[in-house]
Amino acid sequence: MTAVSSKSNNWLKGLRTLVRDYPIIPLIILLLGLVVALEVMRPGIINERWMANTVKFAIPLAMLAACQTLTMLTGGIDLSVGVAATVSAFVAASQLTVLGPTGAILVALVPPLLIGLVNGVGVALFRVHPLIMTLGTGLIGTGCLLVYQRTVIASGSSVPDILSWLGTGLSYGVPNSLIIFVPLAVIIIVGLRRTGFGRLLYAVGENEEAARLAGVRTWQVLITLYVISGLIAGITGLLYLGLIKAPSLSLVEPRVLPSVAAAVIGGTSIFGGRGGYSGTIVGALILTVLATMLTVMQIPEGTRRIFFGLIILGVTAIYVRLTQDR
Amino acid sequence: MALSPILSARNVAKNYGAVAALKDASLDVAPGEVIALMGANGAGKSTLVKILTGAISPSDGEITIRGNRFKVSSPADARRAGLVPVYQEPSLIPDLNILDNLKLGSTPVDPFRHWLDELGVPDVDLSELARHQPLAVQRVIDLARALASEPAILLLDEMTAALPANLVDRVLDVVKQQKPLDRSVIYISHRFPEIAAVCDRAMVLRDGKTVGDLAITDGVEEEIVELMLGDAIKAKKRAYATASVKEVLKPRLEVSQLSAGSKLTDVSFDLRAGEVLGVVALEGQGQDELFEVLAGMAQPDGGGFSIDGTPCRFKHPADAIAAGHVYVPGDRAEALLMQRSVRENIAVPFHTKPSQWGLIDMAAEKAKVDAAIERLQIDTRAQGEVQRLSGGNQQKVTIARWLAMGFQTILCFDPTRGIDVRTKHQIYPLLRELAEQGSSVLFYTSELAEVQQACDRVVVIFNGRVVDQMDAEQADEPTLMRAAYGLTADDTLPEAAQTAAQGTVT
Repeated sequence: MTAVSSKSNNWLKGLRTLVRDYPIIPLIILLLGLVVALEVMRPGIINERWMANTVKFAIPLAMLAACQTLTMLTGGIDLSVGVAATVSAFVAASQLTVLGPTGAILVALVPPLLIGLVNGVGVALFRVHPLIMTLGTGLIGTGCLLVYQRTVIASGSSVPDILSWLGTGLSYGVPNSLIIFVPLAVIIIVGLRRTGFGRLLYAVGENEEAARLAGVRTWQVLITLYVISGLIAGITGLLYLGLIKAPSLSLVEPRVLPSVAAAVIGGTSIFGGRGGYSGTIVGALILTVLATMLTVMQIPEGTRRIFFGLIILGVTAIYVRLTQDR
Repeated sequence: MALSPILSARNVAKNYGAVAALKDASLDVAPGEVIALMGANGAGKSTLVKILTGAISPSDGEITIRGNRFKVSSPADARRAGLVPVYQEPSLIPDLNILDNLKLGSTPVDPFRHWLDELGVPDVDLSELARHQPLAVQRVIDLARALASEPAILLLDEMTAALPANLVDRVLDVVKQQKPLDRSVIYISHRFPEIAAVCDRAMVLRDGKTVGDLAITDGVEEEIVELMLGDAIKAKKRAYATASVKEVLKPRLEVSQLSAGSKLTDVSFDLRAGEVLGVVALEGQGQDELFEVLAGMAQPDGGGFSIDGTPCRFKHPADAIAAGHVYVPGDRAEALLMQRSVRENIAVPFHTKPSQWGLIDMAAEKAKVDAAIERLQIDTRAQGEVQRLSGGNQQKVTIARWLAMGFQTILCFDPTRGIDVRTKHQIYPLLRELAEQGSSVLFYTSELAEVQQACDRVVVIFNGRVVDQMDAEQADEPTLMRAAYGLTADDTLPEAAQTAAQGTVT
């Protein structure tokens, strides 16, 4: 009896160590499992086109989730990414005829950077909780957007060709948006491991007082972080514009909470100090496949959302249980 | 002692796993008696207090109140039995007004008012929020509240620590007033004059055991000090030689009339280049504030300090580090990133400035980190996460960080607290070595014996002031203990102790 239970204990312990040290492995297994389940449910659905499509929709979600991952590492969150992205899409669409594609895109990135700066100042200097701060700037941003929307209606809007190409185009069956995403992902993953700034995100998130004692001026780190988050959100907004083609107030907003979910499923702790971006990318893919699956099952919208919520809770609970020290 | 005791504790012990926090403590309190409870740091005083007040339950022993065996399993039980404590930290809920605070404990208002008058703060507005009251007033309110509940036994833990002198006198008067009412007081304090003024007897704890129960008479202080020291009076032979000629060295850090917070009132001393300066003080005499100011974590209220003759003021620990002042806090958890690797923990100070936020030269970093690990002999078998290291190795990581970074002055706050003997004996020679290489070391220790093991000189702080300075040769434990309790330096040691001390030093 005891031998058996200790053996199963060892097995569980081994699994736990594996998950702790390589959290990405079980996530990839889960992703593959979902893909297989989908193929079983609807044989023939998995093909090159489906994969390209999934990646195409997972990329902007993974980029929003990058904002969440980075801010969550410091124990924060960025709920203003939806608005930051939408503003950037609106400005790009409305300024194209006036400024040309390059000018429009550059100008479009100014508002999200500003939102990030305000978030950073609020969180770092005025010590407002990131949840409240980014919720607040998000609401203010939405208000400004409602006013700005009239300009768009008056002047008309169009999507820069380069963004359509990036958003929806394929080259050799591979989504063009990877041109943006791959470098970004590499910068984030390497940046978190191999740069001073990346190390400081973990340090501030795990023990802000310890970081301070070691001589880190944490406000500098936090302001920079939220500005970066705003910038990534702005770029994501441009990508969504190219993907969906029509700017609207609900262009990105419904993706904000899934982006938080992607980061959490990917193994980043909302309490800070633990996590990484590669898990988040897989998390975004899992959520995208899951959405397809629930659509394929032809369940009504309400039930679908309930399932979606339950699955996120389930995955997170199992994951946390496996990785926690006892 | 003719009266039967109202409170009697017999052979009380408390174990935490294999560690015995309290081994064998006994205490009798007769009605109307004022008892001083004494003991050096770590003697088990606070454990005994926690047991008496029901915060923790004893592993062994018996406590009776009025002859009845009594099991206190919660602070409420203790109160019901008539034992009411007043702790060092104010226990008022800061965001309630004083009247509501009273209601919480069902304290009657009129007697509370009466005791406030007696304690010398008659004009407190009960509708004010508790947190708007000055700290001293909050403490007096705590005491008045306890008195209003007419306790059979009042337990005062360092009641007078944050009080100005006039309020201290009132508190002592009120304590004396309890006597004719047949109420007893357990009085915990580091201040001998107060104990002499109000206490009938002193119960002394050492290493978790009751070692003495003395009537308070003239000159009993020396006896109490001896009891608190125990065998330590036969001072261990100096383990590490201290550098001999330090007088020629110029001061690196000059602290003058520094004050901060309510505890650090007026501290001045010099720290020279190439020396280890010990700081000795009982708990809460202002040493925490001193180190915080010198490390850039807190601002001084008055006075200041200069480095190499230039006056300095640190607004942030980063300023202190830039000036070559690095700090090893007493609580390792305060300084470490427990989930990160040894390497990342040591390397944190390398990346603090925005200009250092870019790509890390991993090879160069590894070289620096490895050199520090090597020098401190950190056991790196579990280096993936610092939380898996032993306490001693964790402490070494906090020091290694600064060795890798480089510094001129290192401020170590009780760096050997709670770590194994072997590591301790690696840390003393390390501090000496650092000094020999020209660094300055400020070393607060709660273990008096460490002064002669590691320091060149020592300053003793009591009540927020430097009360004594001496060379390490003179700083044997009895001398330090007496100084730490604020007993005058001119007092001669009792003869027995003196010969005992001499016998071992030579």
